[in-house]
Amino acid sequence: MNLTLGIINNIHDWLFGVMPEGMAAIVEMILIALVYLGIFSVVGLFLVLMERRVAAWFQLRIGPNRVGFQGLLQTVADALKLVSKELTGTTKADKFLYNLAPYFVIISSLMALAVFPFTKDFQAFDINIGIFFLIAISSIGVIGILLGGWASNNKFALIGAMRSGVQTISYELSIGLSLLTMVLIAGSLQLSEIVEVQKNGWLIVQGHLPAIIAFMIFMISGTAETNRAPFDMVEAESELGAGFHTEYSGMKFAYFFLAEFINMFIIAAIATTVFFGGWLSPFGLTESIPWLGVFWFLSKTLVLVFLIMWFRWTFPRLRVDQLLTLEWKYLLPINLVNMVVMAFIVWLNLTIQF
Amino acid sequence: MGYFSDIYQGIKTLLTGMSITGKYFLTSRKGAITQQYPDNRDTLKMFERFRGEVIMPHNENNEHRCTGCQKCEIACPNGTIEIIWDKGIDETTGKNRKKIDQFIYHLSMCTMCGLCIDVCPTDAIKWGQNFENSVYDRTQLTRVLNNPESKLQAGVED
Repeated sequence: MNLTLGIINNIHDWLFGVMPEGMAAIVEMILIALVYLGIFSVVGLFLVLMERRVAAWFQLRIGPNRVGFQGLLQTVADALKLVSKELTGTTKADKFLYNLAPYFVIISSLMALAVFPFTKDFQAFDINIGIFFLIAISSIGVIGILLGGWASNNKFALIGAMRSGVQTISYELSIGLSLLTMVLIAGSLQLSEIVEVQKNGWLIVQGHLPAIIAFMIFMISGTAETNRAPFDMVEAESELGAGFHTEYSGMKFAYFFLAEFINMFIIAAIATTVFFGGWLSPFGLTESIPWLGVFWFLSKTLVLVFLIMWFRWTFPRLRVDQLLTLEWKYLLPINLVNMVVMAFIVWLNLTIQF
Repeated sequence: MGYFSDIYQGIKTLLTGMSITGKYFLTSRKGAITQQYPDNRDTLKMFERFRGEVIMPHNENNEHRCTGCQKCEIACPNGTIEIIWDKGIDETTGKNRKKIDQFIYHLSMCTMCGLCIDVCPTDAIKWGQNFENSVYDRTQLTRVLNNPESKLQAGVED
């Protein structure tokens, strides 16, 4: 990490040397954005492949294993196919909104990635209201889904989009409150600060019972927020075709698809940062080698992604009324009580510290 | 207290389901129920009950067993089979008999239900073992099953 940091600092100095200050800052931002875009489109493709292999194993199948070693190039081939496909659309669609919708979805999910500390000093944007920023950004994606469903001029797409609106707006409350519970114990909204706090034990250990309940609520509402099964009424294949992206094809469809998987990664990454110590190694094993933080962060995140996939291939889809009952009658009251319990635990110093 | 027992029951049943799928996940490498695509075409032995397409076997004298009774045509639920037939004098017996001219089989309409094969009184048609039926031109899916100049095998009709 020291070496890469040195290189990054050299580039920074060189940019500010050859250009005026404002220009250099803009160029630097664009470079960082391009790097993130490159990394996370690859991560998205890898997650699609992982989903397909994991799904196959859960269903006693083999899964894609022909293209490249163990099918590693399968999703790259799929992406190339999608890029080369024709962009079709309905004649009565609202062209402007129809074309705008995929960008809302993909930009909101890529923006959220900027605030994660992948390891010490490897963070694009260390904002002091990190958690708040994440909650706020993750609600913008639903605008894209609603626009896509509305502008397609297709009944199924509209129903799917409306369901997505109901679902995301309800479950955002649970995500916010469960993260707020953890902010009580961490004492900060800044993500790097939250990771620092966890040097005395991960927050899920420090906060014991209420933290575990908050984690469960977060995972349930996170799954609902990303519109994945068992909460996938938005794109319920048996009822609505493909839901809100029925009318999209080619690269626009790929944007929706990629955004779904990056959102899943984001939910897992938030859970890693807030509950499982982010880039910190267990028991401080590799504290002397900071670049291994990336490895720890990614492995924790992938375990949580696997958990979300496990949910998807186990549970049957909920009905709309069951979905709202779960949120408003169970998760929300439990969450509110849980927050009070957590406040008492922090007040009386009942946390477990190592 | 129904509220809390509901939560307990809910979590318990969800964990039961997850443990079952978890076991499947761990054992799937050994017990996968699907098969790889058959690349070993030379040594490949397909399965007895495999349904690829309907074929009409001919013996070495270019003789088939179809009498043209049209039972398969009647049994087919979606009009896949068409038999074009004619009446003619049979050379061996000298009687005026029904003969098939063309046994037309539309593979593109076939649902592989197997009713035609079940209903055939003379076992003239069978399941083929071909598993690669895709073609670039749709007209190639309409096949004439009896070979040109083929005849009815002697003794089938008695």
